[in-house]
Amino acid sequence: MSNEDFKPVLLARQGKPNSHKLETYKADGGYQALAKALAMKNTEVIDVVKASGLRGRGGAGFPTGLKWTFLPKDVSGPIYLCINGDESEPGTFNNRVLIEQDPHQVLEGIVISSFATRTTTAYFYLRYEYGRCYRVLKDAIDEMYANNLLGKNILGSGYDLDVHLHRGACAYICGEETGLIESLEGKRAWPRIKPPFPAIEGAFRRPTVVNNVETMACIPHILNHGAEWFMSMGVPKDPNNPRDAGSYGPKLYCISGHVNKPGLVELPMGISARDLIDKHAGGVWKGRKAKAVVPGGISMGFMSEKELDTPLDFAGPGRVGCLGLGTAAVIVIDDHTSMVDVLYNACRFFAHESCGQCTPCREGTAWSTKILERIRDGRGKLSDIDLLLEISGSMGTIPGTTICGLADGAAWPMKNAIHKFRPEFEEYIQSGRRSESPALAGSH
Amino acid sequence: MSELSSNAKKVIEEHLGRYPSKQAVTLPALHVVQEEKGCVSRKAISEIADILELSPAQINDTLSFYGFFRTEEDPLGKKRVWICRSLPCMLRGGEELLAELCSRWNIQPGQTTADGEVTLELAECLGACDGAPCMLVDDELTLCVTADDVEKQVRGRA
Repeated sequence: MSNEDFKPVLLARQGKPNSHKLETYKADGGYQALAKALAMKNTEVIDVVKASGLRGRGGAGFPTGLKWTFLPKDVSGPIYLCINGDESEPGTFNNRVLIEQDPHQVLEGIVISSFATRTTTAYFYLRYEYGRCYRVLKDAIDEMYANNLLGKNILGSGYDLDVHLHRGACAYICGEETGLIESLEGKRAWPRIKPPFPAIEGAFRRPTVVNNVETMACIPHILNHGAEWFMSMGVPKDPNNPRDAGSYGPKLYCISGHVNKPGLVELPMGISARDLIDKHAGGVWKGRKAKAVVPGGISMGFMSEKELDTPLDFAGPGRVGCLGLGTAAVIVIDDHTSMVDVLYNACRFFAHESCGQCTPCREGTAWSTKILERIRDGRGKLSDIDLLLEISGSMGTIPGTTICGLADGAAWPMKNAIHKFRPEFEEYIQSGRRSESPALAGSH
Repeated sequence: MSELSSNAKKVIEEHLGRYPSKQAVTLPALHVVQEEKGCVSRKAISEIADILELSPAQINDTLSFYGFFRTEEDPLGKKRVWICRSLPCMLRGGEELLAELCSRWNIQPGQTTADGEVTLELAECLGACDGAPCMLVDDELTLCVTADDVEKQVRGRA
């Protein structure tokens, strides 16, 4: 399917009057997928999702159906589904738009996924900052209970499910699935050492699946239209790479930064960053050129201008040295912007959000920020550049020094910025200039 | 006298039925107290701990992890305004906006105006990058704001 023929799937109901209400959702065919799923065996639902090739939309891209099969088969007692709505990766806002505009699409996906995984209690972990989302979801859940779409004996199927909203408290690390689980349990959100993985021992020490909001929104459509339909969109798996699971289905791309039209765009997976910027975001603002582009949230690193033809599918950004597709949040940086300022901003974010549990991350994020502060203050040394590289190579799950991937996300912008823009850092330091943009100290 | 209001106790009670452990009600309990009082006092921590059958230290451990909660020494103003400084907002003037508000209100991020009306906070990505720079007032987002917009919305004057 070409991008020109593509009709939005997940965003199809955006902007319709009362799109958040149950009545309009049902009038547009809502909850038919749920009725269909409830008439199937739960394992058949898993098979359809597996066959569709759907991969998690939260950042890691793990195949959703496969994740569900990791739950133990013969378990007695509760299994939990946690919905990860802690969307906090800089540049990412698709969950916010999905929930505010079309909460029932997400909730229908949650009920189907809960049924597939034999869950009877689901927790929707929502970042505190999304107050409007919280109120929209609360009302939508009330509508569902009143219409036998939640609670006991859903649609006469004999299946019971409760969904509880749980608000976060402004911490990025709660987006890491075991950090989320710890936070849900009322503790500091320190990610857990794995294994055991959540499917074996997750929330409240019970088998648990953690899925992203956008992933949930895909589920009803897969049930309605089938796995083949889902696989007709996107980029097929690479026949020469047995580890490539392909990049199927529609994807929400968040576009922000220096473009004329920032916003949320839905397309089949695999559009190039250049086309996304030029054809769907009005081009780079003020008639300027892009200097660097973040492919999927700041933790994925940077693509340079000459890498912009890279397809934004699960495999593309990795081929040009980025960490991955991440959340597909594209941030455009124009050629008037200093990469020193950009990297400082990224490092400061991770220093602020490191949970402090693992020494390489706690210290590495803080010291890299201090080094960049020094450079921005005109007191940098050329040796600082290699020092930053050394720090970035020493923290994360890839060198194997931390429990979770936050440190990899902190390291990647450093590695990419220096490898791809080294002359700019050298010139900045040698000129002894100071940054003009304000750097405010402050609490929180 | 009890530090927790009857409403706070009711909210905590309602949440207890939703989780298999009492500790899981920690964040909901902290939220309801801070929403009502603008901070979570030591006495409130102790009373929450009693209801959840935990030690006050366990509540405090969780509370202090999240930069979100305030102690009685450092309560919030009537409104809490967060200005985003993460990359998408920085690229469109978020840091300048924060600096301008600090200068107009004569406070630093984290502090409250002298009249107790507004607490100004710096925020990491608020998830509204399509409308950068953005702000959060309590828990409602506003997109594409200027310093004048902020003044108008939170202080009722331009």
